[in-house]
Amino acid sequence: MRLPAVLHTLSLVLLLFAASMLVPLAFSLGLADGAHAAYAKSLGVTLLAGAVLWLATLRAGRELQVRDGFLLVALVWTVLPAFATLPLLLQLRELSFTDAYFEAVSGLTASGATVLSGLDRLPPSLNIWRGFMIWLGGMGVIVLAVAILPLLGVGGSQLFKAETPTPMKDTKLTPRIAETAKGLWLVYFGLTAACLLAYRWAGMSWLDAAMHGFTTLGLGGFSTHDASFAHWNSRKVEAVAIVFMLLAAINFATHFLAWHRRSLRVYRVDPEAKMFLGVVAASVLGVAAYLAWQGYYPDYGTALRYAAFNVVSIATTTGYANTDFNLWPIFAPLWMLFLSSFASCSGSTGSGVKMIRALILFKQVFRELLRIIHPRLYNPVKLAGQPVENNVVFAVLAYVFVYVSCISLFTLLLTVSGADVVTAFSAAVASVNNTGPGLAQVGPASTYAVLSDFQTWVCSFAMLLGRLELFTLLVVLTPAFWRK
Amino acid sequence: MKIIILGAGQVGGSVAESLVSEQNDITVVDVEPLRLRALQDRLDLRTVAGSASHPSVLMEAGIEDADLLIAVTQSDETNLVACKLAARMFNVPRRIARIRATDFLDDPKVLGPDGFEVDLSICPEQVLTEYIAKLVEFPEALQVLDFAGGQVSLVAVRAYQGGPMVGRPVKEIRGHIPNIDTRIVAIFRRDGAIMPDGDTVIEVGDEVFCLAASDNIRQVMKELRRMDQPVKRVMIAGGGNIGLRLARALEAGYSVRLIEHNKRRCEVLAAKLNRALVLNGDATDEELLGQENIADMDLFVAVTNDDENNIMSCLLAKKMGARRVVALINRRSYVDLLQSGQIDIAISPAQATIGKLLAHVRRGDVVAVHSLRRGAAEALEAVVHGDRESCRLTGRRVGEIELPAGATIGAVVRGGEVLMAHHDTRIEAEDHVIVFVTDKKTLPRVEKLFQVGARFL
Repeated sequence: MRLPAVLHTLSLVLLLFAASMLVPLAFSLGLADGAHAAYAKSLGVTLLAGAVLWLATLRAGRELQVRDGFLLVALVWTVLPAFATLPLLLQLRELSFTDAYFEAVSGLTASGATVLSGLDRLPPSLNIWRGFMIWLGGMGVIVLAVAILPLLGVGGSQLFKAETPTPMKDTKLTPRIAETAKGLWLVYFGLTAACLLAYRWAGMSWLDAAMHGFTTLGLGGFSTHDASFAHWNSRKVEAVAIVFMLLAAINFATHFLAWHRRSLRVYRVDPEAKMFLGVVAASVLGVAAYLAWQGYYPDYGTALRYAAFNVVSIATTTGYANTDFNLWPIFAPLWMLFLSSFASCSGSTGSGVKMIRALILFKQVFRELLRIIHPRLYNPVKLAGQPVENNVVFAVLAYVFVYVSCISLFTLLLTVSGADVVTAFSAAVASVNNTGPGLAQVGPASTYAVLSDFQTWVCSFAMLLGRLELFTLLVVLTPAFWRK
Repeated sequence: MKIIILGAGQVGGSVAESLVSEQNDITVVDVEPLRLRALQDRLDLRTVAGSASHPSVLMEAGIEDADLLIAVTQSDETNLVACKLAARMFNVPRRIARIRATDFLDDPKVLGPDGFEVDLSICPEQVLTEYIAKLVEFPEALQVLDFAGGQVSLVAVRAYQGGPMVGRPVKEIRGHIPNIDTRIVAIFRRDGAIMPDGDTVIEVGDEVFCLAASDNIRQVMKELRRMDQPVKRVMIAGGGNIGLRLARALEAGYSVRLIEHNKRRCEVLAAKLNRALVLNGDATDEELLGQENIADMDLFVAVTNDDENNIMSCLLAKKMGARRVVALINRRSYVDLLQSGQIDIAISPAQATIGKLLAHVRRGDVVAVHSLRRGAAEALEAVVHGDRESCRLTGRRVGEIELPAGATIGAVVRGGEVLMAHHDTRIEAEDHVIVFVTDKKTLPRVEKLFQVGARFL
């Protein structure tokens, strides 16, 4: 463990983060919404903290080991939200630190759960800051998933490594992590710009388009309106959102390859993308049919519109809503929560177990069944025609076990502190999956402000845990990690 | 003709054996002196020990005035290099190479004049796979061969009690299936060939060779035996190159189980196969065969590289209830021992694979040569050139042509049309003629018929 080296790298990240506060500052000055002082102060504090840390660790070695990577990642995602709270705290005087931290974690983990209401009356630059946090979080997540986690070998993430299946097989997009990150960010930038323009074309104001462009690509789900997408009540806007949510939930390396080779074939080869789109499409049609059959909507067309938007939004772990789906017959929202736990692809800004792990697990089940019939059978789990090694399958099994345990634990923690069971369970699932809204008291029509301080911290922790693919954070919490 | 054969393995050996009897000067090159000695003791040929891709070795083998180079070493790369050297340095006019990896075949440039300059590439495993795949498609047949780009098929069927034609003279077949033109070209009875005429009576146990348009062969077979259920389940013993190719070829259409004893090889197989089940174990393990319901298998194919293993596993499978068993057997003495016994079909890889290669060696415009009955008979497809003056076939009726004893003209393919040869069928230039030869010694005379006389040139 080389704590100074880790802290030194952290200080650089902090300095960059301080620079990112220039964005809301610029918006604030441009729009003259009176919030610029808050950003300037926050920027100053963050800059100062970063500089002090940088100077203090100047003598430290620059070499990071794989083990240090865990600590760095964990620190980045816990420390940055603390600084990200500053503009919120300075602007909204009545906000507690607990709630502000929750909001910042929700942003930087690209979850989209909020404690704020009256969003329409907030200074526009503050909404930009909230959206921008999600966008930054998404950027971090992409690099985390594609470049860092594979090196750490967390819970089957080795799969995303270059020599393994998925279309990233011959990607190792470029030989160096920095180059890989640049390539992926380029795609991320490009899609964000496209999304922003599409929103504007569909009828949003430039400001709303920017904010929603950020949150759509980050799959965050913050909105500038309490009513979320119901505010526009426009099929066009919803269609744009659906398209870009789906794109953002597909592996960015696949996008990169498709762009690089100018060919759509990579999507067909990607075992995750196919499955993801298939599962989501089937769910949309199914939920729409169910809602129409239950008589919640007068006709299938209307049911399809609402089902399409909300199912895609929750399945991709975004968290927008264009209606209060909490009021739907319970099967539909439960199914959506279930989808959110596995639908999105690895290497995307979505969260949850990820489709690739779900696929491996699913295939492992069939493998076991077939082995009962043919005891001498040799049938490795295969993805895209390539066998998956057994240790990866074990890692995935362990991952899913921990995932389920976490959800159970957080549900229990929330119930023991007074939440009703639907709220507790849905909040736990939505937090670990970085989805955003849950059901009942934390449903799309309300906010997480109803939770007690303890419960808010539990949810913040759950979001961090889910975002960092469980093991990255858990390993830092084990005593063995700190032993010399 | 001066021929250099690189590689004295199974393919090299059997090619040498086939060609040596046809008055060729043959030199065989191999790195393994022992193998060469064994070959030299048996056949009248010269051998050179050394690496087949080294120019000095090739020169020692007399490549400078060779007419044909046949590169059939184990290594694709050696074969390719040898062909390139032969073309560039020694001006060998014709070069044949054994290429296993399909990668080399994907782009014609690799083997073309700017690449390795290979005139003909052969892949014995692929030929064998196609051979066996045909048997899966036509479970009643002993052998199915295609001519004229798949338009005509020659099928060998054993006559069984219950076939409408069994016990009847050959000429009645027209009455049985009036709208199908077919021709029974030969009958093998108790290891002897009979040239059938219209009055020859087909007996139970006869191996009957029929020529027919490919679409009709099922109906023709129906006349000679009861038809079996179509094949659904196939078990393959041995996951070598042939086993893997076969499994890949069959897995889409059939339920395939592949038994391989080597665990590491199982990993490779499982990675390359999608639907076929890869089983780790021994094909002679009764328990494993029982576990995998051998009794329900329509076809059991043993293709390990061990003759005895193939024979034993086939016998075991047959005893345990497999409907048909096919064994790959290299040793000719074993083949003669087993055919028509417990093992339904014994395949000799050498004989099955060298046909394509032989066609290239033959004089005249020979398109295809197939070995039948483990080399005792041959079926040959050749193109007729020239006019009535320069060629002894053109413009003549089949009845007029003087064929050596034991040779029959079976069919004529003109354009896209298949004509079964009758006495009055007239042969024209550019026809593809399919000749059936029961006595291999007469082959050179048959080939000569197709050669165009000096006046034509």
